[in-house]
Amino acid sequence: MPSDAIQFENVSKEFFGIRALSGITLSMPPAQIIGIVGENGAGKSTLMNILGGIVTPDTGSMTCQGQPHKPAGPADATRAGIAFIHQELNLFGNLSIVDNLFIDGFPKIDRLGLLDKRKANQSAHQALQTVGLHCPVHTLVENLTPCEQQLVEIARAVGRNARLIILDEPTSSLTQNERDRLFSLMNTLRNAGCTLVFISHNLDEVLRMSDRIVVLRDGCLVSTGSKTEYTVERMIIDMVGRQIKNLYPPKTSVPSETILLEVSGVTRPGIIEDISFALHKGEILGLFGLMGSGRTELARILFGLDPCTAGEIVAINRPLRRHKPAESIHSGLAFVTENRRDEGLLMEASIEFNIALAALRQTAGSRSSIWVDHKAIRDKSLRVARDLRLQAADHKRQSARNLSGGNQQKLVIAKWLLTNPQILILDEPTRGIDVGAKYEIYTIMNNLAAGGAGILCISSELEELTATCDRILVMSNGRIHGDFARSEFNEKNMLHAAFKGLRTAAEPGDR
Amino acid sequence: MNMTAQKNRILLAALRNMPIILFVGLFLCFGVLAPDFFRYQSIENAVKQASYVGIVAVGMAFVLLTGGIDLSVGSNMYLSTVVAGLCIQRFALSPAAAFVICIGAGFTFAMTNAFIVTRLRVVPFIATLATLVAGRGLGRMLSQSRAISFPETITRIGSARLFDVVPYPIVLFALTLLAAWIMLHRTQWGRQIYAVGYNLESARKAGINTVRIRAIAYVVCGVFASFGGFISVAQLGNVNAGFGRGSEFDAIAAAVLGGISLFGGIGSIFPGVLLGAVMIQLVSTGLVSAKVDLYLHSMISALIIFAAVAIDSHRTILLKKMQQRHIRIE
Repeated sequence: MPSDAIQFENVSKEFFGIRALSGITLSMPPAQIIGIVGENGAGKSTLMNILGGIVTPDTGSMTCQGQPHKPAGPADATRAGIAFIHQELNLFGNLSIVDNLFIDGFPKIDRLGLLDKRKANQSAHQALQTVGLHCPVHTLVENLTPCEQQLVEIARAVGRNARLIILDEPTSSLTQNERDRLFSLMNTLRNAGCTLVFISHNLDEVLRMSDRIVVLRDGCLVSTGSKTEYTVERMIIDMVGRQIKNLYPPKTSVPSETILLEVSGVTRPGIIEDISFALHKGEILGLFGLMGSGRTELARILFGLDPCTAGEIVAINRPLRRHKPAESIHSGLAFVTENRRDEGLLMEASIEFNIALAALRQTAGSRSSIWVDHKAIRDKSLRVARDLRLQAADHKRQSARNLSGGNQQKLVIAKWLLTNPQILILDEPTRGIDVGAKYEIYTIMNNLAAGGAGILCISSELEELTATCDRILVMSNGRIHGDFARSEFNEKNMLHAAFKGLRTAAEPGDR
Repeated sequence: MNMTAQKNRILLAALRNMPIILFVGLFLCFGVLAPDFFRYQSIENAVKQASYVGIVAVGMAFVLLTGGIDLSVGSNMYLSTVVAGLCIQRFALSPAAAFVICIGAGFTFAMTNAFIVTRLRVVPFIATLATLVAGRGLGRMLSQSRAISFPETITRIGSARLFDVVPYPIVLFALTLLAAWIMLHRTQWGRQIYAVGYNLESARKAGINTVRIRAIAYVVCGVFASFGGFISVAQLGNVNAGFGRGSEFDAIAAAVLGGISLFGGIGSIFPGVLLGAVMIQLVSTGLVSAKVDLYLHSMISALIIFAAVAIDSHRTILLKKMQQRHIRIE
């Protein structure tokens, strides 16, 4: 019986007095895929960061293949045969694949340190073969698709003979085919003797792929066992600590006849073509499309971040032409972007500052005032945070970075609510957040719509749209290819519309 | 949609090869304005005069590639040649010994920069601005602001030719380019310099010793600055109190004209920096041959450099935009 790949013994970690992990004792058998699930803030990342040498535990010990494992930094973990593939890939787009594979240790010819290009190219080629990526080793990484970039990261792990590979949310930016490709690669690696840790919010995928399941909640190990002991329902019960009967809140809002946002013939050549629709008061309008269908680009144009060459946008009876975001906000629009880390939040700034940012004009004492009324801001931010059930210790000092994904998303929404928007554009509002937080986001959408706002919700999860929306538009290749009322919701037809026009119009190089 | 993508791709290719396009454009432009510009002699002169700026610019490229900047190269040139000149006066050193001392002084200067930037974590712009002022002051103190002349044994290098054909400054410039290219493309440090410039945080996560890599860039920059200073002095014959002033501007301009991005991580030594350095020189020589008003020279140079930086920014933005859109079907 070979020793376990990894053994945690009573591992605990505290951050600023908050327990992130308490007394985790866990062993991971070798040559298995181990799925770790838990809500945001359950301790998954902390546990993996400890394993990867990014964080040191307060108490407890680890062994790696029978040897004590006490990494002082990521380099130590790498030496112990552990590779950590983060959700945001750690690659250098300006360098070639081969440079990326060997950036921290090229094969060398001589003492002078000149690189052995031939050897590097050979081993790179071999590693790429293993992961099934067939492109020249000199290709610049920035010219690869996200899926291919991920394969490069895995090739890097394989090239170093990693015995344990941690995959943190590896599927979140992949299409279905790419996911299947990744899964078969994971199986190949497992059969070759690698241990894989698979972290994902997609419970179906975890159940399908893993040999063993580990469920964490609030920093504690709730349950672990072979996958045959688990169903999706049990994982949810274990994760949340209670039974969630409904993943979606009941719909409470009813759309009225009043039109809030009317879009007609909006075009930006090469991006979107002839987009027309109307958003009503109290309506939740879904916008479904695959990545690259033009849905985010449409949202950016509506909000005035990008220009359009033709068409009309009328928001609450006010035409918007060549508008800037400031005018959009003034006309009652709000835009919650898909990437809250880069666009929506100032990660280092406090919660209060983030909330106040979009609403400085409204929160400052009076309209004409140039002074910032800090007390008014604090009151309002507290009120909004309470309404949205945003959980944070200290609004004034805690930075946005320290919030969990779900709470960050609430923070972005809170920030926009202070501008009293009538029209909300939400781009992927539930990406990367856990089941419980999703439920709360849907509830917020419901309440806003019931309060008379119009919501345009962009998503690539059809199920969430069919459960929450009054109407769904399907975009593909820059055009609207389907308009479904709630009574006509049919996943098959919608998917069909989403793929329409792609095969004929797409260039071969843009795959 | 295909048309816009195509247009973007052509635009990007043009922006990527901007050094070559600019170079040819400038060359033709001055050729028309002043026909004797095309003579071999004037071209050789331009390259020879460009050699010291070029060497400093090669060093600058290292720092720019890591995403930093070194404003102190002009003061480094001044201080290290003053130190070498004083040592020659006092100890009657051989040219070789003087050269070693000059480079040693440049190395020490550069280590100071590297220490302040990577250990004390002062922003490069401010750190090197401070050493620019301090270095000039120290040099003036040592030389009492007097001009220091160099002996004929050294100035001979400035006008001699290898095998009676190629002027030595050009030979040395070529060797510098070659050495820098090998360092950047054929050593691990070189590749890591590009990685650090692309994203410092990612580089740290990938296990790269970012402190050391950035320090190396500043040291290479400083050593090349003193080397360039030595060659310039060999051509001029003496060091006066204003020597090297404004060279940081020429060096940064040459590097950026040559396609090295101010945002780090992008650009190449060859042919980029070579073309950039020659271009800087071509502009000033060309303006003289075209008999343009002397007062306009600096304004025209500034305009060209402004254009180069604008192109750099535009390229970066366009690259980002093109990466944003990935039509993905499967």
